[in-house]
Amino acid sequence: MVDVTANLAGPSGPKPRKRFSRRNIFIYGTLGLIAMYYALPLYVMVVTSLKGMPEIRLGNVFAPPVEITFEPWVKAWAQACTGLNCEGLSRGFWNSVRILIPSVALSIAIASVNGYALANWRFKGSELFFTILIVGAFIPYQVMIYPIVIILREIGLYGSLTGLVLVHSIFGMPILTLLFRNYFASVPEELFKAARVDGAGFWGIYLKIMVPMSLPIFVVAMILQVTGIWNDFLFGVVYTRPDNYPMTVQLNNIVNSVQGVKEYNVNMAATILTGLVPLTIYFVSGKLFVRGIAAGAVKG
Amino acid sequence: MSDGARPIRLFRNLNAKIAAIPMILTALVVFVGGSLWTVVYSFTGSKLLPKKLFKWDDLFAIPVPEWIAKDGELNFEIPIGIVSRSWVGLKQYDRLWDAPRWVISVENLAIYGILSLIFSFVIGFMLAALLDQKIRFENTFRTILLYPFALSFIVTGLVWQWILNPEFGIQSIVRGWGYVGFTFDPLYNPNTVIFGILIAGLWQGTGLIMCLMLAGLRGIDEDIWKAARIDGIPMWKTYLFIVIPMMRPVFITTLVIIASGIVRVYDLVVAQTGGGPGIASEVPAKYVYDYMFQNQNLGQGFAASTMMLLAVAVVIVPWAYLEFGGKRRG
Repeated sequence: MVDVTANLAGPSGPKPRKRFSRRNIFIYGTLGLIAMYYALPLYVMVVTSLKGMPEIRLGNVFAPPVEITFEPWVKAWAQACTGLNCEGLSRGFWNSVRILIPSVALSIAIASVNGYALANWRFKGSELFFTILIVGAFIPYQVMIYPIVIILREIGLYGSLTGLVLVHSIFGMPILTLLFRNYFASVPEELFKAARVDGAGFWGIYLKIMVPMSLPIFVVAMILQVTGIWNDFLFGVVYTRPDNYPMTVQLNNIVNSVQGVKEYNVNMAATILTGLVPLTIYFVSGKLFVRGIAAGAVKG
Repeated sequence: MSDGARPIRLFRNLNAKIAAIPMILTALVVFVGGSLWTVVYSFTGSKLLPKKLFKWDDLFAIPVPEWIAKDGELNFEIPIGIVSRSWVGLKQYDRLWDAPRWVISVENLAIYGILSLIFSFVIGFMLAALLDQKIRFENTFRTILLYPFALSFIVTGLVWQWILNPEFGIQSIVRGWGYVGFTFDPLYNPNTVIFGILIAGLWQGTGLIMCLMLAGLRGIDEDIWKAARIDGIPMWKTYLFIVIPMMRPVFITTLVIIASGIVRVYDLVVAQTGGGPGIASEVPAKYVYDYMFQNQNLGQGFAASTMMLLAVAVVIVPWAYLEFGGKRRG
């Protein structure tokens, strides 16, 4: 089937781009260097966490481990100390899980219903409240911390995990509501109208039409919330007791505690452990993560 | 409509109104109410006082969390916070601006903010432009450049604290190459510590800016590039005089995002330096937290957070006016 004459007739089609043109070398070279710079801290974390302390004292942060040991990981997870408490990061991990699951569920439930009401069931003043919500998202948290302490105390939730869940739901609301509102607004109106003609009400349309149709945006919202809540530090430190501290707070207390000899390998193992959940989500979700932050950041 | 329809109007669309209650409460009670409350009480002498001293007549009590004690020992007593109704006028603000720690905090934030803005924009745009050259492995590169954004500021701060450690980090490596006099210890030098924090902050945040810029670049019509090429305009000129002006909306959104993030800088400093050496890397958000929850002085915390609110308002109000006010007219 090969047409030999065509080859003899000389080259045809557009001139092929040289693979090693000066432009390509520049672009890939620059990007490669930059990518190395960005990847370096992750490498340093992993490498340090696999070394023993004697090896760390002799070498530098970038040297690969000569003798790989997983002991720092075990120690970080089960024995690292914050003050008198030596249970390791595991407690913080489980606290974070116990904070994360209800916070994500509650904030998404509230925000999706809010977004749905704003997109399809506008009422007088709804846009005004929404505008306040969005502008309010830019108020520094420090301004609202104390009034919330008072509110939580008044309803008896101050210091508890429930209180923190509530706080996360409140501060997740602006961005999630925006996300859901914009998504629901893009659902064809005919569907909505047809459902109304068929006698479906507010909740019926939401549960039977909107939710099944918008699973991708629920996933995006979940990614956004899981990383955001897992990485939170300020709310954890303000609104919970030490035995309820989330992982980030505990990590900081372990690493930056003044007592004792610094065990850098344990510290780095603890740091990776804390970063593992959002990193896993990031690497697994790929494009959806990008879509999440783009949707959250740029409207629409 | 007749007057008779009025009571019904409130109940029309009732489900939507019920569904919106959390949003309405958040917007009015927490965002508006909470902010106003803080601003109002920044004009009072609110304090944390020992239990014996407070009088029920003109005070009411609030528990306050104690963070870890300085020796690293955990404790959680609930001291009694006193929100006082005794007006002291602008005294808290006078004290605030007289406090060296606050002045240093503001200076640090200004340096960090301006440099972070410039570098975020420049680096973010450059990276986006590089990725926009129809290259292979675009997804791989983007994944690597963006992963720091998935990490918390605590993790970011701790990693860079380790890399910038003079004994084991970059300094020791360069010295190992034979440059024995080389010094690079930003986190241990009061004059340069804020740049050490900037390095970490940029590493964490530029990936996001790149993504926003890339989305902006992709939104520009391909024909414009073609037209520019036909006219023989060099690429850098096309970027500078055609593409960048067209990306104005993206730039404005990015600016708002970066700016509101800058004012909040807190976790990063706590993890990386704890405000040190001395008070050289303090930032306003940390000042607020420490005064509210550790230093027995609520009023100072309120005044400091009001100043933060003011700083944000300077950026946000014009933007909100353009964004929301403009739409309603159109």
